[in-house]
Amino acid sequence: MTLVRLALALLASATLAAPALAQEGTLKKIKDTGSITIGHRDASLPFSYYDDKQQPIGYAMDLCMKIVDAVKAELKLPKLEVKYQLVTSANRIPLMGNGTIDLECGSTTNNIARQEQVWFTITHFVTANRWVAKKSSNVRKLADLKGKTIVSTAGTTNIKQITEINAAQGLGMNIISANGHPEAFQMVETGRAVAFVMDDILLAGLAAQSRSPNDYEISADALSVEPYGIMLRRDDKAFKAVVDKAMSDVYKSGQINPIYSKWFEKPVPPKGVNLQLPMGAAFKKVIANPTDSGDPKSYQ
Amino acid sequence: MFSGYDFDVIQRSAGYLFRDGMTFTLTLTALAMLGGILFGTLLAMMRLSKFRLLSVAAGGYVNLMRSLPLVLVIFWFFFLVPYIGAWIIGAKDPVRVGSFMSCLITFTMFEAAYYCEIMRAGIQSIARGQVWAGYALGLNYWQTMGRIVLPQAFRNMLPVLLTQTIILFQDTSLVYVISATDFLGAAAKVANRDYRLVEMYTFVAVVYFVISFGLSTLVKQLQSRIAIIR
Amino acid sequence: MNYHWNWGILLAPEPGGTGTYLAYLFVGLGWTLATALAAWVMALTIGSVVGTLRTTPYKWVVRLGNAYVEIFRNIPLIVQMFLWFFVVPELLPKALGDWIKQVPPPWGSYFPAVLCLGLFTSVRVAEQVKAGIQSLSRGQGMAGTALGLTLGQTYRFVLLPMAFRIVLPPLTSEFMNVIKNSSVALTIGLLELTGRARAMQEFSFRVFEAFTAATLIYLLTNLLVVFAMRALEKKVRVPGLISAAPTAGGH
Repeated sequence: MTLVRLALALLASATLAAPALAQEGTLKKIKDTGSITIGHRDASLPFSYYDDKQQPIGYAMDLCMKIVDAVKAELKLPKLEVKYQLVTSANRIPLMGNGTIDLECGSTTNNIARQEQVWFTITHFVTANRWVAKKSSNVRKLADLKGKTIVSTAGTTNIKQITEINAAQGLGMNIISANGHPEAFQMVETGRAVAFVMDDILLAGLAAQSRSPNDYEISADALSVEPYGIMLRRDDKAFKAVVDKAMSDVYKSGQINPIYSKWFEKPVPPKGVNLQLPMGAAFKKVIANPTDSGDPKSYQ
Repeated sequence: MFSGYDFDVIQRSAGYLFRDGMTFTLTLTALAMLGGILFGTLLAMMRLSKFRLLSVAAGGYVNLMRSLPLVLVIFWFFFLVPYIGAWIIGAKDPVRVGSFMSCLITFTMFEAAYYCEIMRAGIQSIARGQVWAGYALGLNYWQTMGRIVLPQAFRNMLPVLLTQTIILFQDTSLVYVISATDFLGAAAKVANRDYRLVEMYTFVAVVYFVISFGLSTLVKQLQSRIAIIR
Repeated sequence: MNYHWNWGILLAPEPGGTGTYLAYLFVGLGWTLATALAAWVMALTIGSVVGTLRTTPYKWVVRLGNAYVEIFRNIPLIVQMFLWFFVVPELLPKALGDWIKQVPPPWGSYFPAVLCLGLFTSVRVAEQVKAGIQSLSRGQGMAGTALGLTLGQTYRFVLLPMAFRIVLPPLTSEFMNVIKNSSVALTIGLLELTGRARAMQEFSFRVFEAFTAATLIYLLTNLLVVFAMRALEKKVRVPGLISAAPTAGGH
């Protein structure tokens, strides 16, 4: 969806908000059950992860709470129960498709291929696909990974991409698929794999929480640009309109700045790690002109 | 060999492991056992029924479940149950099913096939004379089964049923593949978060061993106590 | 059902560039069978030894055998897999542990999986063999002693040949169990059939097509294995001898 169509849709939904939208799909489900189910992650710091009391917190979770408030106001519900469902990279899309979750708030890359299964709202972060390795391994360029064992997480765009690159460029890498990000990082830590290919923001979080963060370095080479988006069900125009409006309101009003700062520039629970990552240029562009594009070129 | 290992991590996380993880495992085991035995007994009666349709259907189901790996069945039900739920209640969109409910349905349906074979052997071990005596007294099929055959069959097969339940208890650890938080899943989370693989997995092995061994010893004692001298 | 079917995905190329998804799954079947065969051979060897030892008159040998059986029977298979894959390399001397961890996939997962599965199954084999030997009448053992054979010779020439023919049917059904249990190896990264079905689901988002294909392949394999085992049993059966009763359901 281009920017113009998005702007028109927002305008239309704003003007048509007074008469009740023909409530079908997710909005109807929420109204009927009085609850909304949020899919979250367990270890995608700082987007969506468990604190030490096993409660889901994070940057994406805060944004989703704003969306929940908007949905509640839109449906004029006196109260809206929020249910949480843990999801993994591997099952988040099927669980959205089969109705288990209504929103997925984490670190999911928005791309054209996935838009055949699910829809995304406005991008909430722009990251890139890189790898982390021990400094002592000396793997700084993609060519250094030739013939080595690397690991990535099951169900991610990263593992699919590295598998394709491996085949296309004949690098002969051995690719291990791990169940989750901490497991994959462990493989590098214990020496089973030389590098862990994943979004650089997640790698930064994992390295910062490790026993000796200084042993690791994230590659300068980036394999692709990955815009993160909160997922919702496909073909659900009414719900998407509400969610998009909520997100762009947060951006336009400037509420995004303290939220971003809380998770990326200050110490975050549970270990008080501070990522010290000011807002990147690509993301600032998105805030100025909110987009839900799945095409990496829109973010250059 | 054991220096440098931090076994305190077990103490720190014990609350989470047992409160969240073990409760999941034990509840799942107990409920799946009950559901599995109920459904399994029903399947056994269907297999032994004189109506070909029932016996073929039940036989097909049991053979199917016994031919497939449990891991594959777990994946199937995890993705399929919301669609079935929608079909049952006639909803347009798939129904939301939590991960515990999905696991419970999976294990009940899967173990029922194994309980069925046990109950079938049990029912067949009851002398036919018992059944004929029931009919001679004017009882119908359900009364004969319910009051004469099944209680005896159940008592005879009790040790085998309990052994199968211990196997079920161990099999619940496979919910790891859908990232459900049972005892193993909880321990794996702590292990990966705190980089304590050796300590946590050893602890998990010890706990499972203690519980399984304890239960199977109890079953052996039970077996010797209820043995009927024929 | 609100699901968009697309059976053509099976003929679409998989991202690793090795061929179609269907071929990808069949390679997984190959790994399943390779793991199962190696583990079964290992289980037969070790299990026969342990089972036989448990019937000897030496108390301490029997106790050791019992301890072995209890340990491997009371820990879930997936936990044993984790122990072999994650814990054992850490407990070995550093050089050896590092070398093990460097073994590239799939061999890095294959060997621990075979070890684990082999030992796990050897326990069930031991139980069958013990039951088989004990189902022979005691007169056989006594006749051996009366003829002047030592204990070892009695086992080798009198008891074991008969016992193995008796327990062959349950042993061959163990092979089917090993094939099913090999699916647990996906948790340590071995890409056998179920693991590949899941990978296919993750890459292509086609949940039911992937798992249906895997299910059908398992059922087909089951049929072929049962067929082959029946043929083997017919060749080896001793007419007139009842086979040992199978133990509790289990799987």
